[in-house]
Amino acid sequence: MTAIADLVDQRHILICCGTGGVGKTTTAATLAIEGARRGRDTVVVTIDPAKRLANTLGLEHLSNAPREIPRDIWDPARDATPGGHLHAMMLDTETTFDQLVQTYALDGEQAQRILENRFYRNIAGALSGTQEYMAMEKLYELHDRGGFDLIVVDTPPTRHALDFLDAPRRLTRLLDNRVFRLLMVPTRTTLRVGTMAAQAFLRTISRVVGTEPVDDVVAFFRAFEGMEEGFRDRAAEVMKLLAADETAFVLITSPRRDAVEEAEYFAQRLADGEFAVDALVVNRVHIQYWGVAPDVLRTRALELGAEPGDAAARLALRYENLAEFEDVAGRERRELAGLEERIGDASVAHVPELGHDVHDFTALRAVADHLLAAG
Amino acid sequence: MDLERFCATSRVVIVAGKGGVGKTTVTAALATAAARTGMSVLIVEVEGKSGLASCFGEAALTYEEAELRPGVRARTLTPDDALLEYLDDHGMRRISKRLSRSGALDVVATAVPGMRDILVLGKVKQLERANVADLIILDAPAAGHAVSFLLSARGLLDAVRVGAINRQAAEVVELLTDPSRCQVMLVTLPEETPVNELIETAYTIEDRAGVALGPIVVNSCVPPLGTAGGALRDEDGVRADALAVGLTLEDGEVRALADAASFRDDLARRQAEQCARLAERLPLPQLRLPYFFTADVGSAEIEILADELSVGIASLDDLAAR
Repeated sequence: MTAIADLVDQRHILICCGTGGVGKTTTAATLAIEGARRGRDTVVVTIDPAKRLANTLGLEHLSNAPREIPRDIWDPARDATPGGHLHAMMLDTETTFDQLVQTYALDGEQAQRILENRFYRNIAGALSGTQEYMAMEKLYELHDRGGFDLIVVDTPPTRHALDFLDAPRRLTRLLDNRVFRLLMVPTRTTLRVGTMAAQAFLRTISRVVGTEPVDDVVAFFRAFEGMEEGFRDRAAEVMKLLAADETAFVLITSPRRDAVEEAEYFAQRLADGEFAVDALVVNRVHIQYWGVAPDVLRTRALELGAEPGDAAARLALRYENLAEFEDVAGRERRELAGLEERIGDASVAHVPELGHDVHDFTALRAVADHLLAAG
Repeated sequence: MDLERFCATSRVVIVAGKGGVGKTTVTAALATAAARTGMSVLIVEVEGKSGLASCFGEAALTYEEAELRPGVRARTLTPDDALLEYLDDHGMRRISKRLSRSGALDVVATAVPGMRDILVLGKVKQLERANVADLIILDAPAAGHAVSFLLSARGLLDAVRVGAINRQAAEVVELLTDPSRCQVMLVTLPEETPVNELIETAYTIEDRAGVALGPIVVNSCVPPLGTAGGALRDEDGVRADALAVGLTLEDGEVRALADAASFRDDLARRQAEQCARLAERLPLPQLRLPYFFTADVGSAEIEILADELSVGIASLDDLAAR
């Protein structure tokens, strides 16, 4: 088991994953700040942060390149280890994809043809999985060229957060699509029959969606000719980086049942892909105030409620209330037990429900204390 | 009568909100409340996976309708289901198999963004027109996707100007923009970020999609701890009250009682602030649903939430009458 503090100190890449609404971005920001405070040159890649957190990180505008956050902001007391830097960026999916096309195009003209194609714009802007893929692409680029010690990546808030593992494959599958590839080689005699069938197929599709989209698709695949190899290789490199020892997966959840179920599924899928969960962060856990069974507390509330006087009534209310929160805390612990068992020897951090949103550096530091306390 | 009139405002109600706010719970509670008035209700679940059936203690939903409680039926309707059915209906059964098997479906759907959403909404429109139920509740996709889901028909009308899918989109826009046929019920939590996102979503839906918004459902509201909430929070108060009834409490117990009361007090106050902020920024009525401490939401809790919705909706009408 590696403590979260050690992951922050030693690993090169931390991938924060989990379903939407569980505090993934906040956790990513917290880990990055700690990395910087511990003297590492750190960058955090966020995806669609809540507005106030974005402001804290100086991300009012989408910027596809990391920007340094002045030390005064994240180390106002000047008590952090010297040498650290903190950079942040917000992923711009379309620009990242455009740059990728420019990298792999054989020449500027091919790149231009693709970038102007409507079908390509749909892929870059709206295809599900593209955002996940580009997050990983950006990660690779930062790893390859950025010179950072520590890269913390937030993943998109898709319902099935594991989409980003499938994203490279999903996209290459789209680009490799046989039906459309057949159309690209109309001159090869062996495929002529297939091509005829494909043409008929496209005519039928045109009846439903009109000819324009179909023309766009055909033009796209023509323009893309010769680039698939580069894309596929790059996707393989990205997968290799994800599997490397220097990369750690931090699974984030809340103790709500549906979030825990998603996290369990996610842990399983990571395991299927032979990725290990290195740390589990459970945000917004209700603390156990006293550890006495709620039933005992309720019985006491009932007894007090039967007694005369305001003091007894007030105490009864307090016992009833304590019983409710002890119930919630107990239920959350039961929900989490299975997940914590499944992830084996990953370290587990519980961040208590703080009762308010976390957006400024002071609040982020408070979260950090809970994260780093985890063994 | 009030609830009945509310449910008769539009045959289609789309329940939307970001993940984790309890959309599915609200869907189940609204369906239950409507069914109690004698209406027949059909719930349409578009993501193919949610806890809806388990809210009623039933097995997972399928493409075939199933009865969840008297008067409430439910089914799934994923985009892929909708597309295959669409192709079947349009005499293209053979191609439909090939489309999905070859993966060309992904390509086509990418070439026509919003096509999947259009097919789902088109099917909902078909159900509406076929009078399959008095009330059709659509449990919409989560997160930001709810907005693109509702905007897709308009976007598609601009992008695809001919073909069967264009006609489909035009009919969907007609449905969505007619308040006597369709309204959106947004769900949120009484917390800062969900409230901010809801406000943004609400304006986008009204301005850009032209869809009518019903009342906002604020879910998981913790009731204040009696009227004396603030008076229960400090440790000295706990000791004094214990002394008055002749109890001697350990320090740990005193602290636990005071801390839990403080937490509840702060939470209820912050939630009330968020509801007030929401009311100020978004001039729509709010229906507040309670948080359950003791259990995950099951059929018993759904009945309670249905009660709350009925009462809340009845008081909305009173407000409107004033």
